Amino acid sequence: MSQLSVPHLLGIKYLNKKDIQLIFETADHFKEVINRPIKKVPSLRDITIANIFFENSTRTKLSFELAEKRLSADVLNFSAAQSSVKKGETLIDTVNNILSMKVDMVVMRHPDPGAGVLLSKHIKASIINAGDGAHEHPTQALLDSYSIREKLGDVGGKKVVIVGDILHSRVALSNIYALKLQGAEVKVCGPKTLLPKYIESLGVGVETNLKKALEWCDVANMLRVQNERMDISYFPSTREYTQLYGLNKPLLDSLNKEIVIMHPGPINRGVEITSEVADSEQSIILNQVENGVAVRMAVIYLLASNIK
Amino acid sequence: MSQKVLLSEKEIHIILHRLACQLLERHLDFSETVLIGLQPRGIFLAQRLSQILKKDYQVSNISLGFLDITFFRDDFRRDGKTLTANKTQIDFLVDNKNVVLIDDVLYTGRSIRAALTAIQSFGRPKEIELLTLIDRRFSRHLPIQPNYRGRQVDVIMEEKVKVCWKEQEGEDRVYLIN
Repeated sequence: MSQLSVPHLLGIKYLNKKDIQLIFETADHFKEVINRPIKKVPSLRDITIANIFFENSTRTKLSFELAEKRLSADVLNFSAAQSSVKKGETLIDTVNNILSMKVDMVVMRHPDPGAGVLLSKHIKASIINAGDGAHEHPTQALLDSYSIREKLGDVGGKKVVIVGDILHSRVALSNIYALKLQGAEVKVCGPKTLLPKYIESLGVGVETNLKKALEWCDVANMLRVQNERMDISYFPSTREYTQLYGLNKPLLDSLNKEIVIMHPGPINRGVEITSEVADSEQSIILNQVENGVAVRMAVIYLLASNIK
Repeated sequence: MSQKVLLSEKEIHIILHRLACQLLERHLDFSETVLIGLQPRGIFLAQRLSQILKKDYQVSNISLGFLDITFFRDDFRRDGKTLTANKTQIDFLVDNKNVVLIDDVLYTGRSIRAALTAIQSFGRPKEIELLTLIDRRFSRHLPIQPNYRGRQVDVIMEEKVKVCWKEQEGEDRVYLIN
């Protein structure tokens, strides 16, 4: 019988290799479950989960909610406008109020990095970080790795390039941790202004030429430019960004091998990736979405088994 | 700790053939019947019965599946351990089929209760039967009885019945451990 080494999922940084292995093996079973005619199991029928979103989300919120419902948990949804809640006591108070309604687990997205860690020190419930600012988005990284494992058999030894706005991306950071933990080689690629200064210290390579990066890799994870987190201009124009860092069919065809294309969504079609590529055979973007439900079911199931 | 042999290899061999014949008598050509081995230990018995039916009784089309009941158990979070699942492999629908659930030991009946719920994720069966190699009498927590049983044994709660299979433990034998 295996268990996760952590009581919360605050970030990939806090997991070890065995945890990821356990999550993937459990997700395999849940993937089978969600492909049955009746896609629901009663495991968590006595658990209540609150989805607390202080930041907008479509995919992640739906995916978590579906995962929770597939496990028969009771679900509470709470959305706050970004401006209405400030970090600090207010956040803890808000969550404590929700928890006093006997909630066992909290799934939280928050614009401030470290919000989940702060919360975990003050409340008793199990916490899943569904994205905290530009810090981590652990379940996204898990489902990305899970999708690579499904497509290529293993993550270890694979070469993955993460392309785009690395500076503002929580997906990038969580992915780097997760991929490195599983023994993959990682490079980041994007305009220098969108690459964090000391990114090499995480053990990743840096490449500013997209074609070179694509020729090196087995998997390309294309990220969106996060305009909402930008207070200054990081590149001259979207058109120029697309010309230099957008993935299109001619570029993909010019490579001497077939690579796997991923995107965590939401896609800005025609900016970082063209429709032709996003909808091509090499793209596993929709598989990522399906796997997201299975992986989140696994995380919730494994964390829920620690609840007394 | 001592152990006693409840069933020898020869006895198991005879019992498996008898169970296969009983299934055959009731289900004839197996066109409307599916065999479902329960994970983790019932799958060996299900595979053996399916082999005997195919080889010795020329039943050609047997639908055999494996069902894992972990997510349907009623003791999740009871003892602080994570319940680890096994693979479910059912490549057919059980709608309107005669389902035979197969497990090695029938004890409290709780696994079978979970299996009865779990199998409904794959459709609405016409009827469900239960086949077990060992039926531990006087230990049931639920009103569940097998339709086909290999051997009925009287075993007290503290004792354990262990079914060994050649595929897994290298021998066919049933032990009583106390």
